[in-house]
Amino acid sequence: MVYLNNIWFIIIAVFWVGYFVLEGFDFGVGMLHSFVGHDDVERRVVVNSIGPIWDGNEVWLIVAAAAIFAAFPSWYATMFSTFYLALLLVLVALIVRGVSFEYHRKIDNPRWRSTWKWSLTIGSALIPFLLGTALGDLLHGLPIDSSHNYTGSFWGLLVPFGLYTGLTLTVLSLFLGSAYLCLKTGGELHDRVAKLSGRLGWLAALITFGWLTWIHVGLGVGFVPNPLEALALAAVVGAALLAESHSEGWAFAAAATAIGSVVGSIFFELFPRVMVSSTNTAYNLTVSNSASPSYTLKVLSVIAIIFFPLVLLYQGWSLYTFRKRIISGPATASTPAPDPAGPPDSTDSTGAPLASVEDG
Amino acid sequence: MSTDLARWQFATTSIYHFLFVPVTIGLAFLVALLQTSWYKNDNPTFKRLTKFFGTLLLINVAVGVVTGLVQEFEFGMNWSNYSRFVGNIFGGPLAMEGLAAFFLESTFLGIWIFGWDRLSKKLHLTCIWLVAGASMLSALFIMAANSWMQHPVGYVMNSQHQPVLTDVWALFTNPVFLWAYPHVILASLVTGAIVMLAFSAWHLKRNNSVAAFRRTAIISVAVLAPAIFLNMFIGSELGVVEGKYQPMKIAAAEALWTTCDSHCPFSVFQIGGGNNDQTPTQIWEVPDLLSILATNHPDGEVQGINNLQAQYVKEYGPGNYIPNVFIQYWGMRVMAYLAALIALFALWGLWLIRRKTLTKAKWFLLIAPWFAIAPFLMNTAGWLLTESGRQPWIVQGLMKTSQAASPSVTSTDIWISLTVFVLLYAALGVADVYLMIHYGRQELEPSGEDGGGGDGDSDPSRPDSSDDSDDDRVPALIY
Repeated sequence: MVYLNNIWFIIIAVFWVGYFVLEGFDFGVGMLHSFVGHDDVERRVVVNSIGPIWDGNEVWLIVAAAAIFAAFPSWYATMFSTFYLALLLVLVALIVRGVSFEYHRKIDNPRWRSTWKWSLTIGSALIPFLLGTALGDLLHGLPIDSSHNYTGSFWGLLVPFGLYTGLTLTVLSLFLGSAYLCLKTGGELHDRVAKLSGRLGWLAALITFGWLTWIHVGLGVGFVPNPLEALALAAVVGAALLAESHSEGWAFAAAATAIGSVVGSIFFELFPRVMVSSTNTAYNLTVSNSASPSYTLKVLSVIAIIFFPLVLLYQGWSLYTFRKRIISGPATASTPAPDPAGPPDSTDSTGAPLASVEDG
Repeated sequence: MSTDLARWQFATTSIYHFLFVPVTIGLAFLVALLQTSWYKNDNPTFKRLTKFFGTLLLINVAVGVVTGLVQEFEFGMNWSNYSRFVGNIFGGPLAMEGLAAFFLESTFLGIWIFGWDRLSKKLHLTCIWLVAGASMLSALFIMAANSWMQHPVGYVMNSQHQPVLTDVWALFTNPVFLWAYPHVILASLVTGAIVMLAFSAWHLKRNNSVAAFRRTAIISVAVLAPAIFLNMFIGSELGVVEGKYQPMKIAAAEALWTTCDSHCPFSVFQIGGGNNDQTPTQIWEVPDLLSILATNHPDGEVQGINNLQAQYVKEYGPGNYIPNVFIQYWGMRVMAYLAALIALFALWGLWLIRRKTLTKAKWFLLIAPWFAIAPFLMNTAGWLLTESGRQPWIVQGLMKTSQAASPSVTSTDIWISLTVFVLLYAALGVADVYLMIHYGRQELEPSGEDGGGGDGDSDPSRPDSSDDSDDDRVPALIY
């Protein structure tokens, strides 16, 4: 059962890819909401587009971390202690951002609202940047000694390649978020977002191209891109073109593919290493020297086989349930709540008149 | 030094996290009960109550979830040697929690919040039950992991003297876990019920929606009373189990320095005590009670701290194996005395319900809102007792806390993070309590749209912004 650690490396890579695809658009929406929404109602529409799902999406990160802990304890130990202050910042960002979803609307006071608005915006930008930097650092390499402990300082984490990876994932999240909003909004707000999305697409394509170049020229992994990198480039250019031509469904799918394959590429290039030591390649953490014994991996596999398909199923159902556009009709501003969109029990058809779903 | 700081940080963040955990587990269950009543008898009052307490639930879930993230990350950030050493065992339940419970809870909570008008009543009700069930399932995995630190099972030592998991099932049949898990769940129900009772009493005192809040007051007392009595029994049994596997913890909790052969008295109150005072002044002792609590027999033997210390030195080598006796002694008593107080309060509530005078019981209604502080102190004292009592071990008998910290993390790093957490948590705490009081004092929303052909003027009077969760206002922003 030696190969189980390879499988768990792939599963963990899948969790990270899933996290950046799903939270990627949440981050994008979070960053964009204070800029594309011109008033409280519009900002509310934008935030509500991810309201029901962001929390479930965030669990992908928790599971990614817990899976590293259980399947590769040494990787978890080294990685989390190495990035100590960076992860502190990630936690602060996760906390203020997570709370803002629930607390923002609770009190009608400009200062309260603005505090949570910026918590959401800045938190949504910081998390992909910091986590992206950390993933970039894993691949670039950090000073790690023979007992797998980091020997540098906080500043030593700010490796240019890592920072650029953070920037790449932040911009890709921004673009993915705009593509998502194109699908979820209507009216004037939608037109604003669509215009922005067209521009963000090319920015994302440019930065992604730079990132791929850096891996192959700067990190010296050879000239030929791996299949995921080729896919990333094709997807991001395709997404930019599609966003410009307003094929919104396809643009979103392509942008999601782009961010997913960028994250996937990092793990592809890492394998079989999990953390590179810049001190001495003999000190690298690998899938073999950091993995749990095979019994633990077997237990985890059984759990994953039972529960992971279920998770995909009900998260898919959740996305399906809230698939419709959110439209703030002209009447809404004056008469907020009373007029129910339909009888309470008519389930799915509620609100259909104003909502529309197009393209695919 | 940096290990001490790391302990301070872990203790601070865990205690804070566990202020929110029991409220959310308890309230989720109670809100699900309320919504079930609405589903069954279609009485709009129950829908309004579901939304009212649902809002209070969500205010706490928001903080509970994000502070839980900190706990998970801290094992690797602050305790990397520990994580490396036992991750193959301890990490398992954490990964299971994420996959089996946390995904479920988070996904269906989102659907529940936004699903009022999008799902059938039955499906929507199922969502809140899934949330309530998943939060209890989540606690199950965490308690299995924690119990393993108290009493490690299901492993063998490999050639590098590292424990390796050999039997995952043992983690979930660990005697400490079997008693500690229901102990935590019942404590959560107690906490949730008292919080619900507190807000109900506040409204009843002011004659707001008496018919509605009378129901929640009765429901909360009905949950509280059996939960607290059962939990006092389970807690004392947990004490017996821990006395078997962690005798030092129990000896320190009784500040019992020399072994007592039989008929050991229980010290109700003492002056002095602590690690440097082996002869505190006993104010009040109950004969035989300690023997009964620790062994279930009046003539049972209870081992003393000094005897255990000598035994551990022989077994594990030189060192100090005595936890902080002051924390143990008072942690145990604050927990137990508050539990007794809560039990009396529950009896008072039951008696008032029987006499049908609950809604007019001036003193009861006046005290109940303040009484909500009691379960939080009780829970905290209980965790201090169990976690501080494990010291100097991080895993009983296997690894000492002093060997567990991250070598690469400096004291400066931890000073920074500890300061950040304290400031951030204080701000969050203020926001949470402010919102709880703000929303807890609001009138029930008028029974607008549902079922019984609502009353007309539901909304214009209401300020657009403040009110209840998204659900009612989202129709403005139709999906």
